[in-house]
Amino acid sequence: MTALLPRRGLAQILALIVILAVDRVVSPQFFDLRLQDGRLFGSLIDVLNRGTPVALLSLGMVLVIATRGIDLSVGAVMAICGAIAASLADSHSLPVVLAAALGAGLVCGLWNGFLVAVLGMQPIVATLILMVAGRGIAQLITEGRIVTFSSPDLVWLGNGSVLGLPVPVVIALGMLILTGAVVRGSALGLLIEATGGNARASELSGVGTRAMILSVYVWCGVCAALAGVIAAADIMGADANNAGLWLELDAILAVVIGGTSLFGGRFSLVLAVLGALIIQTMNTGILLSGYPPEFNLLVKAVVVLAVLLLQSPKLSGFAGVAARLRRTKA
Amino acid sequence: MRGLPPVLITAIVLVAGFALCAVQFPNIASTRVVGNLLTDNAFLGIVATGMTFVIISGGIDLSVGSVIGFTTVFVALAIERWGMPPLVAFVAILALSAAFGAAMGAVIHVFDLPPFIVTLAGMFLARGAGFLLSTESVPITAPVYSTVSDFALRMPGGGRLTSVAIIMLVIVIGGALLLQLTRFGANVYALGGSRATAGLMGVAVGKMTIKIYMLSSLLAGIAGIVFSFYTSAGYSLSAVGVELDTIAAVVIGGTLLTGGQGSVIGTFLGVLIQGLIQTYINFDGTLSSWWTKIATGVLLFAFIALQQGLVAFARRPRTKSLGAAT
Repeated sequence: MTALLPRRGLAQILALIVILAVDRVVSPQFFDLRLQDGRLFGSLIDVLNRGTPVALLSLGMVLVIATRGIDLSVGAVMAICGAIAASLADSHSLPVVLAAALGAGLVCGLWNGFLVAVLGMQPIVATLILMVAGRGIAQLITEGRIVTFSSPDLVWLGNGSVLGLPVPVVIALGMLILTGAVVRGSALGLLIEATGGNARASELSGVGTRAMILSVYVWCGVCAALAGVIAAADIMGADANNAGLWLELDAILAVVIGGTSLFGGRFSLVLAVLGALIIQTMNTGILLSGYPPEFNLLVKAVVVLAVLLLQSPKLSGFAGVAARLRRTKA
Repeated sequence: MRGLPPVLITAIVLVAGFALCAVQFPNIASTRVVGNLLTDNAFLGIVATGMTFVIISGGIDLSVGSVIGFTTVFVALAIERWGMPPLVAFVAILALSAAFGAAMGAVIHVFDLPPFIVTLAGMFLARGAGFLLSTESVPITAPVYSTVSDFALRMPGGGRLTSVAIIMLVIVIGGALLLQLTRFGANVYALGGSRATAGLMGVAVGKMTIKIYMLSSLLAGIAGIVFSFYTSAGYSLSAVGVELDTIAAVVIGGTLLTGGQGSVIGTFLGVLIQGLIQTYINFDGTLSSWWTKIATGVLLFAFIALQQGLVAFARRPRTKSLGAAT
C-alpha cells in the first residue's frame, strides 16, 4: 500500500475520510450496500459511478499538468466523442463505435499536442481554441439535436455491471492501472516530470520533450473520449450543449486537490483520482443532505481555496504568513 | 519589413469581414445594424476592457462571467425585494465586486498562486453566491430601467445609439486612455513583461496586482448592471461562459496571452468581430448558431498562430534579420 500511496497523500485520504464521515452524519444510510440482480447498490457505489467521468478526465489531465501544461478542451472533446458514439451506436457494432469515438479523441489530442509541442503555443491558449470550437463541432455532428440511441451494447457500457460493480467504475479502474503501469512501470513518468520541471534542461539531456508533450495531450484526448462515451451511454443519448460542460474545471480541480502542482514537474495518478472522488463525495453529500444543490459551487470554491492555501509555495503553516507580513511591512 | 502591428491586422479583418457581409447582405451596412451590434455587445465590450488589463499584466480572470451573473441577481433583488433605490444598489454592487476582485488579486499576490486557479475558485464562488440569492429569473420593473433603456441618440440613417452602447464606448475610451497615458497603464505593461524586473525597477507589484484584478471585477460589475438594463431582469445563470468570449475577444484583438503586449482598442475590435459573426449568422438565417463557436475558434487559431509567427520573427538571430533587411 505504501508503494501506491506516497506519504504526501495523507492529507487527501484524511479529507476523503472527513467528508465521508460528514456524509454519514447527514445521511445515516450512506454506507449501506445491497446486492440486487447481481449488482451492488448504495450511495458509495453511486459516488464511484458518478465520479467516473471526472476520474477519467483527471487521469489524462494529471499527465498534461505534469508537463506544465493544461487542457481546457476535455469537456468539449467529451461532447464531440459522445456525439459520435451516439450517432453511430444504432447502425454499427460496438467495436466500430468505440474505435470511431476514441479515434476522434486521439485526433483532438493530436491537434492540441501539435499546437503546444510543435507550434510552441501556451497550453491555455492552444486548448482554448478547441474548447470554444469543439462544442460547435459536436453540435454539427448531432445537427443541434439530442441524439438518442437504444443499442444495448453501448447502453451496457454506461449501465451494466461486472462482478457487481458498474461497468464505468471497472473501466476507470482499468484505465488507472493501465496508465499507472505505463508511466510508472517504465521511465516514462520520470521523463514526463522532467519535461515539466525544466523543458530546456530535459531537452539538452536527451529527453524527447516534444514527443512527451505530444503524447500526454493525445492520452488526455483519449481519456476524454472514453469519458464522453460513458457519459453518453449513461443517459442513452448525446447532448452536445451540456455533455461534459465545465468538467474540465472539475478535472483540473481534482488534479490540484490530488497535490499535483500546476507548475509541473511531479504528479500522482492515484491522488488525482482520489481528488475526483473527493469532489464527487462532496457533490453527493450535498444532494443527500437536502440542501439545495446551489450550495455545491460555494462548497467547491471554499475547498479549492483551502487546498490552494495549503499548497501555496509561500505558505508553510502560519509562520509563513507571519514572516511574509513582517517582510512586506519592512 | 517589420510586419503589421496586430491591432492593424484585427482592424483589417473587421473591415474586410464587414465589407464581405455588406456585399452579400447590403442591409448590414446601415447604422441600425451597427447600433444594434454595439448594444448587443455592450456588456462584452466592458468586461473585455477589464480583461485586457489583466491579460497584458500576464494574468487571467475566469470569474468575470460569474460576477456578471451575480450582479444581475443582486441588483434585481436589491431593487425589487429589498426596496433599495437603484442608484444605491448600483453603488453597493460595484463596491462589492471591486472588493471581490481586490481579494482575488491579494490571494494571487500574497500566496503566489497561479491566477488561473484562483480566479477559477472566484468563478465558483460568485456563481454559487448568485445561486444562493435566487435561482429564478427576477424581473426588474423600476422606472429608471425603462428610462435608461429607452434613451438613445439618433444616428443618421435611423440607427439608435442606445445608452448601454454609450456607456460601453465611454468605458472603452477611458480604458484605452488609462492604459496608454497613465503610469498605471505603463506599470501594467511592465508587470506583463516580467514581474521580477518590474519589481526591481520599483513597481509595487502587490498593489498593482490587487488594483488590476479590482479593475477587472469592477468592470464586470458594471457589465452586469448594463446586462440587467439590456434584459430588464436578474438571473443567476446569465452570462455563463462569457469569460471565454471575453478572452477570445482580447486575443483576437492582438493582445498576447503571455502578457506585455496589447491594447484596449484591439480588444474593442475583437468584440466587434465576434458581434459581426453573430450578425452575419442572424442575417443568413440558414446557418445554425453553433457556427459562431466554430468561426470564433478558427479566428482564435488564426490570430494566435499569427502572433506566434510575429514573436518568432522578432526573436530570430540578429545576423539573419540583417540579411533579410538587405
